[in-house]
Amino acid sequence: MMRVRVDLTLCQTHAQCVFAAPEVFALDDDDELVYEATPGDALRPAVEQAVRLCPVQAIFLDGD
Amino acid sequence: MRAIAIAGAGLAGLTAAQELRRLGYDGEISVVGAERHRPYRRPPLSKEYLLDRDTDLNLAGTEQLDVTWLLGQAATGLDLTGRRLHRGTLPTVTFDGLIIATGVRARTLPGTGDLRGVITLRGLDDARALHAALATRPRTVVAGAGFLGSEVAATLRALDLPVTLVESAPVPLLRPLGEPVGTIIADLHRAHGVDLRLGRRVIAAAGAGHVEAVRLDDGTVLSADLLVVALGAEPHIEWLRGCRLRLDGGVVVDSHGLAAPQVAAAGDVARRPSALLGGDLIRVEHYSNAIEQGTHAARALLGIADRFDPVPTFWCHLYGHRLQAVGFTGAGHHPKLVASEPDGRFLAEYHRNGRVVGAATVGFLRRLPAYRRLITNEYA
Repeated sequence: MMRVRVDLTLCQTHAQCVFAAPEVFALDDDDELVYEATPGDALRPAVEQAVRLCPVQAIFLDGD
Repeated sequence: MRAIAIAGAGLAGLTAAQELRRLGYDGEISVVGAERHRPYRRPPLSKEYLLDRDTDLNLAGTEQLDVTWLLGQAATGLDLTGRRLHRGTLPTVTFDGLIIATGVRARTLPGTGDLRGVITLRGLDDARALHAALATRPRTVVAGAGFLGSEVAATLRALDLPVTLVESAPVPLLRPLGEPVGTIIADLHRAHGVDLRLGRRVIAAAGAGHVEAVRLDDGTVLSADLLVVALGAEPHIEWLRGCRLRLDGGVVVDSHGLAAPQVAAAGDVARRPSALLGGDLIRVEHYSNAIEQGTHAARALLGIADRFDPVPTFWCHLYGHRLQAVGFTGAGHHPKLVASEPDGRFLAEYHRNGRVVGAATVGFLRRLPAYRRLITNEYA
């Protein structure tokens, strides 16, 4: 199973992940990042794109 | 395909190489770069890196990547028929497939080249020089209030250094974000103690070996110890003149990312048609575009690329304010503020032929995904 982890100490809310994988990453009412840690495998390409696009490299994808 | 050359060792070139390997391409990859450094993260150079030289600039996966790095000498010519890249007097690089990702070169200010204390910020070595210069707590003039100049000015204010920011347009960031947003950014600069000179150009710098004064086009002379030139950038295409590629404000590619058979272009240097803008050619100098188009160029060379027409996204961080945007936000796209708060938060929309083509905000970030969906759906 795919596990998503975001290092929120690195995150600066550039929101590139929200654009790349809106099913997994979103912004709360304070514009802070929230995310689904165990999304379905069908979302893997979108999450991989989010990992690539994150300008502070704060998103990690573990497991298969 | 057994040998792919990538001209340009920035983010687009790196991403293309990574995507080729990810897709299982096991031939040679040669990456030719003008700088002596392997690819690194460029956005911090105008921000965190100037505050702290230990800022991590590594791009994940660069070390492990199976490519031949040919660094410290840019590609100087292309023989399209002979499938050969020239690198000055160094050995040529032969290829079956080529990705052009040579990016942009910063505009310089004529007549200031010999003076110490004049820094044109583009690459890591420039940022190192600027960081070193800041240690002497200089009085600084920044020429150009685009993204780079605005960010440098904000960083210098964070260091409590005196800054005069000179911009020829009536407001900062006019071309990329339009007048209403530029007006808000101007107020932001002034509120943070920047001496903002709008409608003015830097025309000369003077001093005995080292800059001492900067002259503006209205005759004003500013005492200064440092001049940072941030006047935008030009696509790095001169080396491609006369080789049958279409060069028009960049390397022109088709909707599949190809400039010629087995020749793709990506990143800041590439100019592509945009369906949303009625087929107009656009060149996008944003971080996310380098990654998306780099990825796409790799797929184009392998013949598995779809049409490439994403909605751009970008950001700019100033004084703790996070400006973010989606789509096409230029001054020509009828910018309109739909929200504007006294604390500097705003939301701006951009229109073309009655349709929303872009949005920019400080403080209403969570509204942007819906805009991006709207823009994307209107595309279809």
